[in-house]
Amino acid sequence: MSEHTYTPKSKFGKWFNDRLPLLSLASHLTDYPTPKNLNYWWTFGGILTFCLLSQIITGLVLAMHYVAHADLAFNSVEHIMRDVNYGWLIRYIHSNGASMFFLAVYIHIFRSLFYGSYKSPREIIWILGMIIYLLMMATAFMGYVLPWGQMSFWGATVITNLFSAIPLFGESITTWLWGGYSVDNPTLTRFFSLHYLFPFLILGLVILHIWALHVPGNNNPIGIDVKKPSKDTVPFHPYITIKDLFALLIFLIIFSGFIFFAPNVLGHSDNYIQANPLVTPKHIVPEWYLLPFYAILRSVPDKLGGVILMFGSIFILMALPWLDSSKVRSSVFRPLNKIFFWVLVVDVLALGYVGAMPAEGLYLFVARVGTIYYFAHFLVILPLLSRIEKTQPLPLSITEPVLTGMPKVEFIKSDKPDV
Amino acid sequence: MCNLKGIFSSFLLLFFIHINFSNAEEIKIPKYDWTFKGITGTFDRSALQRGYQVYTEVCASCHSMNLLSYRNLGEKGGPEFSVEQVKAIAANFEVTDGPNSDGEMFTRPGRPSDRFVSPYPNIEAATAANGGAYPPDMSVLVKARKGGADYIYAVLMGYTEPPADFQLEDGVYYNKYMDGNKIKMSNPLADDLVSYADGTKATQAQMAKDVTTFLTWAAEPHLETRHKLGFKVVIFLIILSTLVYFSMRKLWSRIDPKD
Repeated sequence: MSEHTYTPKSKFGKWFNDRLPLLSLASHLTDYPTPKNLNYWWTFGGILTFCLLSQIITGLVLAMHYVAHADLAFNSVEHIMRDVNYGWLIRYIHSNGASMFFLAVYIHIFRSLFYGSYKSPREIIWILGMIIYLLMMATAFMGYVLPWGQMSFWGATVITNLFSAIPLFGESITTWLWGGYSVDNPTLTRFFSLHYLFPFLILGLVILHIWALHVPGNNNPIGIDVKKPSKDTVPFHPYITIKDLFALLIFLIIFSGFIFFAPNVLGHSDNYIQANPLVTPKHIVPEWYLLPFYAILRSVPDKLGGVILMFGSIFILMALPWLDSSKVRSSVFRPLNKIFFWVLVVDVLALGYVGAMPAEGLYLFVARVGTIYYFAHFLVILPLLSRIEKTQPLPLSITEPVLTGMPKVEFIKSDKPDV
Repeated sequence: MCNLKGIFSSFLLLFFIHINFSNAEEIKIPKYDWTFKGITGTFDRSALQRGYQVYTEVCASCHSMNLLSYRNLGEKGGPEFSVEQVKAIAANFEVTDGPNSDGEMFTRPGRPSDRFVSPYPNIEAATAANGGAYPPDMSVLVKARKGGADYIYAVLMGYTEPPADFQLEDGVYYNKYMDGNKIKMSNPLADDLVSYADGTKATQAQMAKDVTTFLTWAAEPHLETRHKLGFKVVIFLIILSTLVYFSMRKLWSRIDPKD
C-alpha cells in the first residue's frame, strides 16, 4: 500500500484506528495517487463494481420471491413480474444487468489488452481478473437456467453434457453435476444455490483485484511508470471519483434504455416457454456474451477437442503476461500490436456472430478461421511481435508529451538499448 | 473519442448485419404500428376490452391463460374494467374449489381473485382434444414468440389458400407466417364472429388487432408503468449527468495539464 501515514485527529479515532485501521484504509483509498491522463476506458472498473453490487442487491430481492423447483420456478418468475411490487423492474434490472456486466467486462478486458495493463508488475491483477471473468460466466450461465424456460433447460443440457467428453470419468461427472440422469429438479436447486454463492466469491476476488492494483498503482494510456505522488498523478478523490461517476451515469442511461424500453431484446423468446424435456428448440443458443466461446466449441468436429479448445481459449489468457514479452506496455507506442489488437477485436466479434448462427456452411468456415486466428494471435503473433516490433520512443513522464506536443529527443528513453 | 465512435459504430454495424441476415433466412413478418410501440407507447383501452371479448369468446375455448386473474382486468394499465364489471365477468365462470369441511370438492361462481378458468383440466387433455397439438397457454405467448405482437397478428391474418403443389395432411392448415407454413389451428377468426359491445365493426382484421393488443398486455401487464417510469428515469439521468459533467470540468480545471 502507499507510503504515507495517516493519524486520525480525534482521540477516539486514533484509539479505534490503532486497533482496526479502517480510517487509514479510507484515507488510502481517498488519496490514492492516480495517473492524471486516464481516459474513459479506465472508468469501467468503477462501472463493473456498480454492476456487481446491483446484481447482488436485485438478486437478493429476487431470491425472496423465487421458488427453485422444476414445477414452480417458471411461474414464480412470472409471479415476480406480475404481482410483486416493482418485481418487473427488479427482474429486468437483474436480467439486463447480466448483459451490461459482460459488456463492461469485455471493454475492461480489451482496454487491458490495448494498453498492456497485464504486463509486469500487474500479472496477478490480470490473473485475478481472469478468474473473476470465469466465475462470472459460470454465474451467468447458472442464472440463465433459473427461470426454467426452454433455453434454460436446453442450454443447461448442452453445456453440462460437455463434461461427458472427458475421457473415463466424463459420464460420472455429468451425472454428479446433474444430481441424476438428466437435467432436472436436483440440477435446478444446486444451480440456484451456486448462483447465490458465486457472486460473493466474485466480490472477494474483486477486493483482491483492487488490493493488487493498489500495490503498483494504475497503468495509464502511455503505459510508462509514474512517480507517485507527483505532478503526473491526482488524488483518487475527488478527481477520479467524479469522472467515474460521470461515466457510470452515461452507462446507466444506456442500461435504462434496455430495462425500460427493450427489456427482452437481449434474451431469447423461447425462454418464455416453460422447460419441456420432450421438445427440443430448433436452435439452442447461449446468451450473447458466451457466443464467441460457443463458436469455438462448435468449430471442432470432435467433442473433446471442442471442449479443450473452448476452455483453452480462456486459460490461454492467463498466460498472456508471459506470451507477450514486449517491454513497452501501451499499444500507442506499438504500431504493429495496435493493428493486431483491432484484428483480434474483429475476430472475436465475428466469432460471436457465427456463434449465433447454425454451425454449417460459410458460418462454420468463418468459425474455424476465427478460432485458428484467435489462438494464433496469442501463441504466434504476440510472442513474435515482442521480438521483432520496432516500438516508438516512450516519453519520460505523463506531463512531458503534453508540454511540448511531441516528446523532446533528449528526454526519450527507449526500451531497446542503443538501437 | 475517435476510437470510441469507431467501436460503437462497428458494434452497431454488426448488430444490423445480424438483424438483416437473420431476417433474410426466415419468413418476413410485416411490422404493424401498434399504439404500445415506442418509448411512450400505451395500450388502447377499448382495444384491450374488445380483445378480452375476442379471447374469452373465441380463443378461450382451447387456450388457457393461467397466469392471469380476473382482478387483473380491472387493474391500472390494463383493460380497466370497473370493479362491478370485473365481479360480473368472474361470476360468469364456474370455479372448482375445496375441499370443504366434508372433504368434498365443489364448484362456485368465480371471484376476481380467481385465476382464469382453463378450458381443459391438464395439458394432456388439451393435447388429446386438439388432434395431438397442445394449444399453448396464452399468458406470455407474445413474449414467447420471435416478432412478438407482429407475429401473433401475422399468423391470425396469415390463413390463405395453399400453393397448388403444397401437401397438407388432415387437420393441418396452411398459414403464410407459420414456421413451415403448417398450423394445426384452423382459422379462428371470421368477420362478425363476435358482436362488440361498443358497436365497433367486428372485421377479421379488427378482431386480430384487438386480441393481439390484449395478449400483449397479458404478457406485459406493467408495460405502461414501465414506459412512464423509464421516461422519468432517463430524463433524470440526463440532467444529473449534465450537472456532474460540469462539476467535473470545474474540478479538473484545477489540474493544470502543463505541470
